[in-house]
Amino acid sequence: MIFIYAFLVGGGICVVGQLLMDVFKLTPAHVVASFVVLGAALDVFGIYDHLIEFAGAGATVPITSFGHSLLHGAMAEGHEHGYLGIAMGIFKLTSAGITSAILFGFIVALIFKPKG
Amino acid sequence: MLNDPKNYKENVKAYQPKVPYFMNCFKAFLVGGFICLIGQGVQTFYMHVFHFSKQAAGNPTVATLILASALLTGFGIYDKIANFAGAGTIVPVTGFANSITSSALEHKNEGIVLGIATNLFQLAGEVIVFGVVSAAVLGIIRLFIEHLF
Repeated sequence: MIFIYAFLVGGGICVVGQLLMDVFKLTPAHVVASFVVLGAALDVFGIYDHLIEFAGAGATVPITSFGHSLLHGAMAEGHEHGYLGIAMGIFKLTSAGITSAILFGFIVALIFKPKG
Repeated sequence: MLNDPKNYKENVKAYQPKVPYFMNCFKAFLVGGFICLIGQGVQTFYMHVFHFSKQAAGNPTVATLILASALLTGFGIYDKIANFAGAGTIVPVTGFANSITSSALEHKNEGIVLGIATNLFQLAGEVIVFGVVSAAVLGIIRLFIEHLF
């Protein structure tokens, strides 16, 4: 069942992005930036956590989850160490994503030749 | 009045190609949903084989998808899917990896340091900047409110 919800919710988030591009003529960069901010904003009342519980990867794979986990890591450390904790914890949960993106991006760029 | 610069936006409208809104959204839904479906499969695999919790399994799942997307970008396949799917390939985290890999590849001939390493975040930098700024501001506001009560 979680597979169906993941497909529907993930696809739905992409449709919102497509509409922003087609109807409001935003560039992909603007769409992605607004989605990250939106993901962080949706964390406020735990809305995004409910969405992850409901849709699994449908909510964790879109880029909105990046903003959400940034804020989550920041708040977890923030509760322990106060305002300084926000700077200490902000990359805690997204570390795997950023590390693998840099590492694999660099390796692939070394090995492959540019196409087109 | 065709040459009236004031009405330029109105006049040019008739000559612009019509945007196939429905088809674009349908393709984005299909491909975006499919990427999340694969993600769910990977996540379920990590949960059952390596016994990650539901929350913790998100991390290796994202890393796996990023590896796959970087490889597909290297082979030139991801850009072909992106031509078809639009936002369906931009919004998932694979689009983030695609932008990192493709801008690094594009500047490869300028060398490893000045080409690949300098341009790695040329397109993806905005994601991190906006993410960190918004998360920091919201985090400070939330801590402030929690301290009040």
